[in-house]
Order: sequence, then structure tokens, then C-alpha cells
Amino acid sequence: MTDTAKTVDRTRAARWLQEYGVYVAVVALVLFNIAFTANFLTVGNFRTQLIQAAPVLVVALGMALVIGTEGVDLSVGAVMALSAALVPLYLGYGTLPAVAIALAAGLAAGAFNGVLVARVGIQPIVATLALLVGGRGLALVLADGQLIQLHDPGFLALGTGEVLGIPVSVLIAAVLAVLMAALVGKTAFGRRLVAIGGNRRASVLAGLPVTRVLIGVYAICGLLAALAGVLSTARLGAGDPADAGLLMELSAITAVVVGGTPLTGGRVRILGTVMGVLLMQLVRATLIKHNLPDSTAQMIQAAIIVGAVYVARERSSR
Amino acid sequence: MTAAPTMAAQDSTRRELMTGVLQKQGAAIALVLMVAVAWLLFPRFGSLDNLRDIALQSSFLAIIALGMTFVIITGGIDLSVGSVYALGGVLAAYGSQWGFLVALLLPLAVCGLIGLINGLLVAKTGMAPFIVTLASLLFARGLLLAITSEGATTYKIPEGEAFVELGRGTLFGFGYPVFIAAALCLVGGLLLRRTRFGQSVFATGGSEQSAKLMGLPVARTKVTVYVMSGVLSGLAGALTAAYLQSGVTVIGVGLELDAISVVVIGGTLLTGGMGTILGTVIGVGIRTVIQNVINQIGTLDSNYQSVVSGAFLLVVVVLQRSLARTTARR
Repeated sequence: MTDTAKTVDRTRAARWLQEYGVYVAVVALVLFNIAFTANFLTVGNFRTQLIQAAPVLVVALGMALVIGTEGVDLSVGAVMALSAALVPLYLGYGTLPAVAIALAAGLAAGAFNGVLVARVGIQPIVATLALLVGGRGLALVLADGQLIQLHDPGFLALGTGEVLGIPVSVLIAAVLAVLMAALVGKTAFGRRLVAIGGNRRASVLAGLPVTRVLIGVYAICGLLAALAGVLSTARLGAGDPADAGLLMELSAITAVVVGGTPLTGGRVRILGTVMGVLLMQLVRATLIKHNLPDSTAQMIQAAIIVGAVYVARERSSR
Repeated sequence: MTAAPTMAAQDSTRRELMTGVLQKQGAAIALVLMVAVAWLLFPRFGSLDNLRDIALQSSFLAIIALGMTFVIITGGIDLSVGSVYALGGVLAAYGSQWGFLVALLLPLAVCGLIGLINGLLVAKTGMAPFIVTLASLLFARGLLLAITSEGATTYKIPEGEAFVELGRGTLFGFGYPVFIAAALCLVGGLLLRRTRFGQSVFATGGSEQSAKLMGLPVARTKVTVYVMSGVLSGLAGALTAAYLQSGVTVIGVGLELDAISVVVIGGTLLTGGMGTILGTVIGVGIRTVIQNVINQIGTLDSNYQSVVSGAFLLVVVVLQRSLARTTARR
């Protein structure tokens, strides 16, 4: 009896931590920075932080959906590299066609992953590994291994422009976060994807269109990754397929998991994901501003990941 | 009444056997074909010098993939091997100022310790191996940067240090790393096939629940395979450092994916419970031959290497999957 009571108690504490831990951490880190970091409470600093976080958030939103279905997408960084290669290739035809082609490629790549996972039945980690290995190579082949400077003002505005004082990329990321939250919370598609992640077999038996939903989820993830590639290319003012999105899969997965979406699926936390991205960004910024070296930053990040997943673990092993 | 089902059972057994052979020997057939074609198309491919190069290049990856095979058969995955490999190299070069033994044992100890932490976290807390080893990927890189003062220092192995011989020395024209890798793979194969530990590895990946019920030491098995993976990656790093005569900080990025690919190409299932060391060795051979052939073509962009590897991996897993389906659908 007492044993069960204790377990329940611990589970409740863990669940609370999983649900609100990331918010507590973000608030604590902001307070710490306000108190101890010079020039933290400035508009310029906030802009910099948000601009840096925007592409990661765009990728992490798609990743959150995929992880919600008990999957994972390792190819997002490679898809960003494809964007970085495609945009300069087609910018001659205008900003809109170039961006459209990059996004279409991302959508196709994602749908391809989805077909492998849902129809062929390959484990997500392997299915997306193939594109991770091949995708960046393809991007480099397309770009001839070159970094290409871009001068199209219409396109560069995506990276440096502002609307009402808010950077365009930040605005796009924020709108997408709201859209994704609505998708997960308010639509049949969202309910289905969560159900599939919770219990795929039961979802099949219940007659849900499992294959279609899974392909859709991976397609969205690919599309968002391509968009992130477009945004960072515009910000950089150059297409750099060798460097665009490098290790992005790790940052995105980390942010999603830290934000309370368990790797075991069946649950998607969009606001948590936003917080996860902000937390990782704040951690990095704090360490840099206090002149802690990169090495320490990486080791602390590793500890945060393990801590966050340790908390998430108890719920899944319920 | 009993005849029909028995016949059907025999029939399905035969089909199972055939798909099993294809699943197991597909990679070997592919390797033989690739070597034959390369030999015909590129006269330089068959030269002794080139074969030596292929063997040497394969040996470092083979040592890492050996550990990865054990981990994957238990149903796990180790994403940290690339970072640990680089860390092992830096530690070996750093340690070489105190002589041969330190140069060899320091990387093995530290990398083994990282493997031990991976294993304990996976086995004792039930956390996903994927995430645990992802964290140690970051951690090992961080540690490497800290040791090399943010990557600004490259430790050289002192001139005349015996440790260099380990990477540069040759026997019958082939480098020592080739023999070390071959010996390790042989021992690994025997360990997997002929020992109680090997049985536990298969059982853990096949069905953890049943393995526990059978009284097998599941947790200990898991910890052991991650330690092996760490130690072997560290060793591969140390050998690379000996070969290059310095600890290079920028190597090993993405190597975990190479290692996983070759293991998968070699027929080991990522779902665990099935796999062979020989398959992994063949997978490594395929990877290196692809690389080598693309280099031979010369006019071909080296970036095609990863495109070809990715496509190849894709074909292999799709084939594997459809074969496994035929087997399951009896």
C-alpha cells in the first residue's frame, strides 16, 4: 500500500516537473540574467536572442509533431542544407519561385520519409538516417560545394526585414507556433497524430488513417525544415550547404524533449517546445555572456538533456 | 488431416530459409560484385597499394562498428562514438608525452568510462539509448574542446615515440591497425557466437522481458556493450592519432552515422536480437570500396560519396524490411 502511494506520489512530482520544469527553468534563467548579466535587459539583446532562436523553433515545431507519433526525424539538418543549395540556384527567377522550390523539396523529402516509415514500415531513425547521410551530399553536389553570396534584396528581407519592429523570421516562427498549437489541439489531424503516437496498433484497429497521418506529419516536418533553411540562408545572405543546419537534428530533438514531449510519443507540447528552444538559447547566451568556453557550454547542455529526459522517463515507464 | 499443414509448414520453412540467406548474404554478394566491377573498370583498384589503403581505412571504422554491432543487437544505439573517437585520439596524443602505456591506456580508460556512464543510464534508468548517447556525444566533444583549450591546441606525438609504430608500422605490407581490427573482430565474433555473454546479448535484444524471466543478467549485459563500444571507439581514435602522429580535434563528426550504416548494411537489425560481426565487416568493406571507387573516378565530386552511401543504405533497409515481411507473413 505505502509502496503504491509512494510511487503515485513520485509520479505526480515527476509529472509536475515534466509539465512545468521547463517554464521554471526559463524564468529562473531570465531572472539570473537580469540580476547578473550586463546589458541583458535591452531591446537589442532580446532581438538577437529571438533571431537566433527562430530557425531552431521552426524546425523544432515539426520535430515535435514527429516525436508525438513516437518517431524522430534525423534528416532536418540535411533538408536545411538542401534549401541553402536550392535557393541560390533558382533566385534568378525571383524570390517567390526560389522559396517555393526549396519548400517543395522539403515537403517531398518529408513525405518520402513518411512513406518509408508508414508504408514500408522502417524504423523512423533508420528511414531518416538515409536522407541525413545522402541529403547534405546532394545539397553539396547541387551547389558544387560552394558558398554562394546572395544579393536579391527581396529575398534578403526575409532575413533582415521587420514588420512593426519585429524581425520577419521571428514573426514567422511565432505565427507557425500558434498554427501548430491549433493543429495539435483543435483539429482531427492533431488528435489522430497523438493517438497514433499513444498506441499505433489500437489506432489501426480503430480505423484511423494511420498511414496518411504519418506521411502528413513527416511532410510537415520536412516543409518546416526547408523553411528554416530558407530563413537562415536569408539571414546569412548566402547559401552555405556545408554548414546550414549542421547538427540541427540534435538541437531540435533536445528542445522538443526538454519541452516535455516524451520520445515515447502520444503527447505533443507546442508551448513547451517554444520554451525548450528558448531555454537552450538562453543557456547558450548566458554561458557566452559570462565568458564560459564552448566546451563547458556543451557539457552543461549534455547534463540538461539527461536531466530532462530522466524526468520524462518516469511518466513513460508508468 | 495432418499432412497439409505439415507440407505448408515445410514450404514456409524453406521460404524462410531462402529469405534468411538473402538477408544474411545480400551484403556479401553486393561486396563481391562491387569489387569485381571495380577491378574490371579501374586497373588501379586491384593494385597492392590500393588494397592496403582500403584495408587500413577500413580498420578504424571496423573497430568502432564492432562495438556498435553489440550495442545494436541488444536493441540499443550509440550516437556518441564519433565524438568519443575524436576524444580518444586527442587523449592518446596528449598522453604520449608520458610514454607508450599512458598514450594507449588513457584514452581507453576515459572512453570506457563514458561508455560505462552510457550503459548505467540506459540499463538502470530505462532512458532511451538514443538520447543518453546523444548527450554523451555533446559531452565528449565538450571534454575534447576543454582538453585542447577550445580546439586551439593540437597535441603532437613526440618524434621517435614507440606509440607511433602502432599506427604506422606494417607487417607483410599491411598496417598494424588492420591486424588489430581483424583480431578484435575475430574475438568479437567468437564472443557473440560462442559464449554465455553472447547469448545474453541476443536475448536482451530479442525480448528483454523473456531474457529477464530466463534469469539472464540483462542490465549487466547492456552496461557491458556500451563499455565495449566506448573502449573500442577510444582505441580506434588512439590508433588514428598514432597513424596521424597527432590528435586531430575535427575528426569523427558524423562518424556515428557511418558506423550505424555499415552495421545495418551488414544485416544487423536495428530492432535488436539479430546480427553478425562478419556482416558488419562486410558492411565496412562496402563503405570503403564505395569511397575508394568514387576517388578513383576522380572527375566525380567526392560529395557523391555520401549520396551513394545514403542511397545504398536506403536500398538495404527497404530490402531488409520487405524480406523480413515475407518471413513474418507465413
